[in-house]
Amino acid sequence: MLMSIRLENINYIYSPDSAFKKQALKNVSLEIKDGEFIGLIGHTGSGKSTLIQHLNGLIKATSGHIYYNDQDIYDDKFNLRGLRALVGLVFQYPEHQLFEVTVFKDVCFGPKNLGLSQEECEARAREALEMVGLKEKHWQKSPFELSGGQKRRAAIAGVLAMHPEVLILDEPTAGLDPKGRNDILDQVAKLHKESGMTVILVSHSMEDVARYVDRLIVMNRGSVFAQGTPAEVFRHYVELERIGLAAPQVTYVMHRLAQEGYSVDKDATTVQDAVKEILAALNDGGKGVGDR
Amino acid sequence: MGIVKAAHLIYDYITRDDETGVETASRAIDDVDLDIAAGDFIAILGHNGSGKSTLAKHMNALLLPTGGGIWIKNMDTRDESSIWDIRQTAGMVFQNPDNQIIGSIVEEDVGFGPENMGVPTDEIWKRVNDSLSAVGMTEYREHSPNKLSGGQKQRVAIAGVMAMHPECIVLDEPTAMLDPNGRKEVLKTVRRLNKTSGVTVILITHYMDEVIHADKVFVMDDGKIVMEGTPREIFSQVEKLKELRLDVPQVTELAYELKLKGVPLPDGILTIDEFVQALKQVKMPKGADPVSGAPGKNGNLAHTQKKDGDAYVDQT
Amino acid sequence: MIRDITIGQYYPAPSVIHKLDPRVKLVGTVAFIIMIFCINNLAGYVAATVALACLIRLSKVPLKYILKGLKAIFIILIFTAALNLFLTPGTPVVQWKFIRITQEGILMALKMAVRLIYLIIGSSIMTLTTTPNHLTDGLEKGLGPLKKIHVPVHEIAMIMAIALRFIPILMEETDKIMKAQQARCADFESGNVLQRAKSLVPVLVPLFISSFRRANDLAMAMEARCYHGGEGRTKMKPLKYYRRDYIAYAIILIYIVVLILLNIFFGPVQDMLFAAIGLTI
Repeated sequence: MLMSIRLENINYIYSPDSAFKKQALKNVSLEIKDGEFIGLIGHTGSGKSTLIQHLNGLIKATSGHIYYNDQDIYDDKFNLRGLRALVGLVFQYPEHQLFEVTVFKDVCFGPKNLGLSQEECEARAREALEMVGLKEKHWQKSPFELSGGQKRRAAIAGVLAMHPEVLILDEPTAGLDPKGRNDILDQVAKLHKESGMTVILVSHSMEDVARYVDRLIVMNRGSVFAQGTPAEVFRHYVELERIGLAAPQVTYVMHRLAQEGYSVDKDATTVQDAVKEILAALNDGGKGVGDR
Repeated sequence: MGIVKAAHLIYDYITRDDETGVETASRAIDDVDLDIAAGDFIAILGHNGSGKSTLAKHMNALLLPTGGGIWIKNMDTRDESSIWDIRQTAGMVFQNPDNQIIGSIVEEDVGFGPENMGVPTDEIWKRVNDSLSAVGMTEYREHSPNKLSGGQKQRVAIAGVMAMHPECIVLDEPTAMLDPNGRKEVLKTVRRLNKTSGVTVILITHYMDEVIHADKVFVMDDGKIVMEGTPREIFSQVEKLKELRLDVPQVTELAYELKLKGVPLPDGILTIDEFVQALKQVKMPKGADPVSGAPGKNGNLAHTQKKDGDAYVDQT
Repeated sequence: MIRDITIGQYYPAPSVIHKLDPRVKLVGTVAFIIMIFCINNLAGYVAATVALACLIRLSKVPLKYILKGLKAIFIILIFTAALNLFLTPGTPVVQWKFIRITQEGILMALKMAVRLIYLIIGSSIMTLTTTPNHLTDGLEKGLGPLKKIHVPVHEIAMIMAIALRFIPILMEETDKIMKAQQARCADFESGNVLQRAKSLVPVLVPLFISSFRRANDLAMAMEARCYHGGEGRTKMKPLKYYRRDYIAYAIILIYIVVLILLNIFFGPVQDMLFAAIGLTI
């Protein structure tokens, strides 16, 4: 059996009986396969946050079905609380979850809630802290002494310690400086590669998602607006702009160059790809312009 | 002499160990000299913990120097009698929009500064009206700040500062907690204020695409100013910026990488237009066929026209 | 659920009630609340209900929005009603094992429920139609004379204004923190009282830390905007009485007089009637 999360016609309405009723999700159908690295993009209020909270059962859909490995999570027999351990969700601000006296104890919080033994909790905490690359000298510190990037790692470790099969990160780079942003994302990419875990990255940075993810899901006004590889999605940058998003700067460069008659692949979405394409075009000296 | 001037500015944070009672000083600002001309758009870059926020707080006399000095319009921040004049001259916008809005109604918040300054009621209303329209928030004047987006909240905060009629606005990472659209909104507002009302802007940030239109950029590291110059001069030094935990806009990086591979491109390319123009100089593709380029052209027409101005930054 | 609390949240609308001077509204609310607890007869409740209905109508705040405020006190309401229902001595109506419901209990529970509901609605109307700034201005000015005996009136008013501004923000933050901990399988729902209280530690610690941070930031932001206490401060919206305010004061006075008269004249009549059918109130 192939592991996956499948959403069928999910609708979610906020405070349905009041004057403030608002449909946050409209007929969302999606499939997330085991081991995928997914980027979830959309402007603020597009339904991204609501969507990810459906995936671990924190929010229950107004209508529709969600299947985790072909089991309906809204079925009475399904252990909805257990799903939270399987689908780990790390919220945007680590300050919202760090509370213990030491980083190490904080990471133990999740496993402890699962009812594991003290030794097992500690073993998992050690493993998780190593996975996020937080050095051992920080483990006995108070989480509030850590830098922004380290707090972020501690928060991710706190979720990883529950041994989730899927890891969802809500804007893990918000508020970090450029180096800090790259470090965290590199760490997440490494984690994905080494553990084969399914990763869903919610991000506002098109440059970041283009560089890391296999597949993009674009949300707009509570619906799935588009999905596909970064190249496929960013090809439609005019439509993306219409819904308040954009493509990476490189995409614009490539389209401009193509217009100018350069023989480059417009689908390059990262600096590395663009460098390769432009070098090839320059060396080609114009042979085959327009053939691509 | 400029509107903000610092000479040998030093600031030590004192941290006291609760158990041992030992006090240790860590230097947050280390011998900084600054001279900022009135009317300029200044950007101060630096990674987290580089001392840039500490520097900003000195410009508003929220922190006082340990050594050296800082003068706002020739007023020494250590002179207690001019503290309110200083705060009126150099207004300040902070990072977290929620934690700086005091009023429960947009217009009342904008009026908070003038109220504290003892401005007469009629004049307060005039200032509030003018500031709200300057940041484009007039239609939200009776709203609760809680219902606004992050970008709108920051614009309210900016209006609150403008209502004090400052000569200089210091913005301490005003976009760090905003989404790309909110960042765009705030940046556009700040640039417009700088252009139309001539207010000096000191923008502290670590988003590189926000500084490409600045008149001058300072880069801080470890409490010191380590680089200063025009955006082009700064962005010419890609390696050095990366060492300082910073980054460059993607197009600058692309040009830099190509240059490393032997393509003779100039340093410090900041926009797509510049990049394309520079690449054309390198080598015109022979036999470029305008017809085959056409489909792409049609699809991008609207976009290219929009971009023909100066501001690529408005789209990232 | 936590976000549904409407007490203290301003609802903008172009109504006469919104325009009234906050001092009038404060006096009116206090008068209304005191009278609610003094009523001793049905006619009084009818009068209070009519007054409340008129107020809601005039305020142009949707009834639904006002009723939502009651959700927050629902548990207190049930608790108070239950307490009165089971613990008031008197003529029993139902007797089953140790549970005993008396006539007096039923009436008392009803009375307390109505009073509580009216109290909340009455004060909600004030907070819904008055911006917190305006409200605190009203308090500051109304309590102004106390400054002479060194009561820090301005500071108290400022603290209230800030508290009111941050309550919704902290509510939302609590919600987020709870979700973040639930994502780590924290359980807030099961266990006994002690376990439940303990399970709140992971919520309270981040909440406190964030509140301190906010307080710090806010103090700095206020200083940066030249805040230095009430001295030498001018007002953007200075309080001034208009004709409508005097009319409102007159209406409040009439309301009080009417209720007192009802208490004096209708109260005894009702007692006699009820006594005749074997009821006491």
